[in-house]
Amino acid sequence: MAQMEDIGMARRGGFWDYLVLGASFILMIAALGLVFLYVPTEETMGVVQRIFYFHVPLAWIGFLAFFVVFLGSVAYLWKRNIAWDNIARSSAEVGIVCITLVLITGPIWAKPVWGAWWTWDARLTASVVLWLTYIAYILVRSLTLEESRGARFASVLGIVGFINVPIVFLAVHLWRTQHPTTLVLKGDLPPTMLSALLVSIAAFTLLYVALLMRSVSLRKLEFEIKRLKELVSD
Amino acid sequence: MSFATKASAILWKDVLSELRAREIVTSVLVFGLLVLVVFNFAFDPGSGTMAIVGAGILWVAFTFAGVLSLNRSFAMEKENSCIDGLMLCPVDRQVLYWGKLAGCFTFMFLVEIIITPVFLVLFNQSLWMPRLGLVVLLATVGFAAVGTLFSALAANTKARDIMLPILFLPMIVPVIIAAVEATGIVLDGGTWSDMATWLWIILAFDVIFLAVSALVFEFVLEE
Repeated sequence: MAQMEDIGMARRGGFWDYLVLGASFILMIAALGLVFLYVPTEETMGVVQRIFYFHVPLAWIGFLAFFVVFLGSVAYLWKRNIAWDNIARSSAEVGIVCITLVLITGPIWAKPVWGAWWTWDARLTASVVLWLTYIAYILVRSLTLEESRGARFASVLGIVGFINVPIVFLAVHLWRTQHPTTLVLKGDLPPTMLSALLVSIAAFTLLYVALLMRSVSLRKLEFEIKRLKELVSD
Repeated sequence: MSFATKASAILWKDVLSELRAREIVTSVLVFGLLVLVVFNFAFDPGSGTMAIVGAGILWVAFTFAGVLSLNRSFAMEKENSCIDGLMLCPVDRQVLYWGKLAGCFTFMFLVEIIITPVFLVLFNQSLWMPRLGLVVLLATVGFAAVGTLFSALAANTKARDIMLPILFLPMIVPVIIAAVEATGIVLDGGTWSDMATWLWIILAFDVIFLAVSALVFEFVLEE
């Protein structure tokens, strides 16, 4: 009976799930307000520049998610605790969604500004390679027979693929680069724009944590169901 | 027995089975030459863009041929469950990695040093290009370093023929970029210093992924 209640709790989500989800909702509304009402329209690029406040946070979350995949993979291969693999896998799923959105919002912004949907610039190429690597990460799991083997293979890919990204970036950077880089880092971004960006980044980071927590608890339930099924069938 | 002796025993096993079955080198070589011929129709190599287009064609041929020969490396171990015998060897997994790596490298490099002169003839280039040889050598080490790891991994999945390129191709993007650029510089008659950056990138990739792949290889061949 106690077991059943535990499952019920996991499905509805605990206190922390609601707190993070609620906080990310409030911050997201605030970010939307800042982006569409508060921030002035950029002079040369016009209104399309507002996509910046979604594009940059999504890219940041995408790369953060795959850093978590890397850490989870290392921890899984080291400790062999399925919980680590669970975190890595859930993070990869959220990360793929984010990078997909980056790859969609990027061209929408680039077409009117650069005059081209796509260029093979360092950031763009690194994002695509990252995206393809983590598609393979998800695929390799579904194409292995046993779950533990799939987890091991995916972890290997989670480590090797992550190490590859900076090398791809460096190689393409030396090859050709067009993507604006240093505006944020140099501090040239006007304070209004910077504050909107920071709020947006905070909102998306919380959203990532919330989605990750949901996905992890969903997978825990799957394990639990599998365990109970085996218990019943024995 | 030392580490090197054990690893070379595995290399010798692969070489011997290749000498008897002639399975990898011949078929991969024919495939590579076909890629050269087909790309010849896709682009117009007669125009002045030889350095750019030619280098690209050569490396597409090497990449696809490389995927085929890497695929055979562990697929042939799966046939008749040879992989079980290999894993029962009283040696460290590291030895298996370096041994299989040496085999993968040997077969790929052999195919490439036959394809390269054919490429130079078909595309009307000078035949004496030692610097191109160096680029091919370094890049093949990189291909084999990650290729051996993923060949072992893909061989244990359900759709191994398609899984290997899906895993392998995104990984070797830096090597392809650097190798194509370096080859372009060689074909264009550029200097050593023009090439240096690209050679360093390939070398760095080789060192990093030889180390990382050797470390994680044991997790691929476990049960």
